[in-house]
Amino acid sequence: MSREANIAGWLFVSPMVLGFAVLLIAPMVMAFYMSFTDWPLLGEAKFVGLDNYRSLLADPAFWNVLGNTFYFAAGLVPLNIALALGLALLLAKNKPGMGVFRTAIFVPVVTSLIVWSIVWKYMFATDSGFINQILQLLGIQGPAWLYHPKLAMPAVIVTSVLKNVGLNMVLFITALQQVPSHLYESARIDGAGRPRMFFSVTVPMITPTIFLTAVMTVIGSMKVFGQIYVMTQGGPGNSTKVLVYYIWEKAFKLFEFGYASALAFILFFLILLFTLAQWHLRKRWVFYES
Amino acid sequence: MKASMFANAGGVGPAGRSFRLSPRPVAVLHYFTLTVVSAVMLMPFLWMISTSLKEPAKIFVFPPELIPSPVRWANYTEVLTTIPFQLFYWNSLYIAAAVTVGTVFFASLAGYAFARIPFVGSSAVFLLLLSTMMIPTEATAIPMFLFMREIGWINTHWPLIVLPIFGAGGVFGVFVMRQFFLGTPKELEEAAMIDGCSRFRIYWSMMLPLAKPAAATLTVFTFLTSWNDFFDPLIFINDRKLMTLPLALSLFTDEAGTAWHHLMSASVMATLPLLIVFFLAQRQFIEGMAMTGIKE
Repeated sequence: MSREANIAGWLFVSPMVLGFAVLLIAPMVMAFYMSFTDWPLLGEAKFVGLDNYRSLLADPAFWNVLGNTFYFAAGLVPLNIALALGLALLLAKNKPGMGVFRTAIFVPVVTSLIVWSIVWKYMFATDSGFINQILQLLGIQGPAWLYHPKLAMPAVIVTSVLKNVGLNMVLFITALQQVPSHLYESARIDGAGRPRMFFSVTVPMITPTIFLTAVMTVIGSMKVFGQIYVMTQGGPGNSTKVLVYYIWEKAFKLFEFGYASALAFILFFLILLFTLAQWHLRKRWVFYES
Repeated sequence: MKASMFANAGGVGPAGRSFRLSPRPVAVLHYFTLTVVSAVMLMPFLWMISTSLKEPAKIFVFPPELIPSPVRWANYTEVLTTIPFQLFYWNSLYIAAAVTVGTVFFASLAGYAFARIPFVGSSAVFLLLLSTMMIPTEATAIPMFLFMREIGWINTHWPLIVLPIFGAGGVFGVFVMRQFFLGTPKELEEAAMIDGCSRFRIYWSMMLPLAKPAAATLTVFTFLTSWNDFFDPLIFINDRKLMTLPLALSLFTDEAGTAWHHLMSASVMATLPLLIVFFLAQRQFIEGMAMTGIKE
């Protein structure tokens, strides 16, 4: 490594390195420190040790929020993966018209989550929203989707699945197209039927992608916010209030920065956990062709 | 029947050999399923466009009208005259453009160095950079807000431009660009070095033009992300004049008695540039997504 290369290398990377030191690492350290303080909007910050975490664990609202976040993930992830994989299987071959279908399913991914949520909020409108109008044509009296404590979260989940399923679908299509064809041929010579081929050839070959998309989708769902903000504002009766919404509310509406930082750290911790799980589990059950 | 569709996934294996049903009904079912799913995906957009052209009194009529009669174009002009919509549009547009240019420049600069310049600490710093990818920006928003307040950037566009370029978006960009530069041929560079070209010159006039496919993917991705960003504007912007489109649109739903016809025409206009960008760059973009396993 020459002197010239050292200088040039550091000059090239310094804007980004400075940037991520100041804008990612420093605030992360700061957020950790803030979570041990009582930090009001105005006035002195006070170090309070583990108080925030203690009151958080004793706060039923926190457990409700955490439960809602997991509920969202538990609903979204399997639906998203199953639908994405199913669609990828239907779209992996380059038959005529497939490009049009792929595009149609992918378009919501690139549009604004806020616009998408606004339109769906309107589609779910109680008296004469599109969905209830369709139900009415079938002679069914539709419920107040977003104002019903048991239906609001499923409605948000379905909306979110449709918004992002195209992304996982694209990843699955790529994975499916990379399964070597000789594996299918030898399976057929061995007399495997189609379901057998799917479970013994296709699935094992694409497990790395299934696993990657599952973990990434879980991480994404831990951070759900925009659709909740637009569609339900956490309601009705806190039934859709999720972790990031609660952080936002505590920090930027109530200005309880210390308490909100403790919540933010729980979020970071959860994401860290899933990221590490990805690393460790990967070796165990993800199949790689040697 | 389903299994027979599954087994040919992946573009492999001659179709039809072991079909128990003749291929035709299977193909019909295949296309039918895809048509239904695509219709569900596009329905919200059709409904958005349809409502954007309806008279206020006709918005909730039963049975639902897909093609409004009469068509009311005034909804669009009213949005432009009753709220500072052009201003929100301009804010979104110039912020997304600045973020995109900045990200592609700085990320390709760093990505090139990480891929090609052997400097002390290169791999350690790159690893550190990668590990910051799991820091959710939602978790750092609070200290960031206080920091921006300290330096007087609340209610300015600076956080919306600087944070994505040098924060999480930039880190992602470095990763994408480094992957690309790892695959470019070394010989050209070596020859240029012997001729006495500076590193920056090599990067700027040789490597960056070579990196067009990767840069194009990053450009589209960054533009879309910035245009759609909601969390940061929500936190850093209170002044109406400074709002970007998603933030401005989200506020209209709060008001009692939403003017859905106006909201929908505003939504159509907010979606249009995205669709244009996406259709122009679609192939490269989707390939780039699949290549890097992108997920926001």
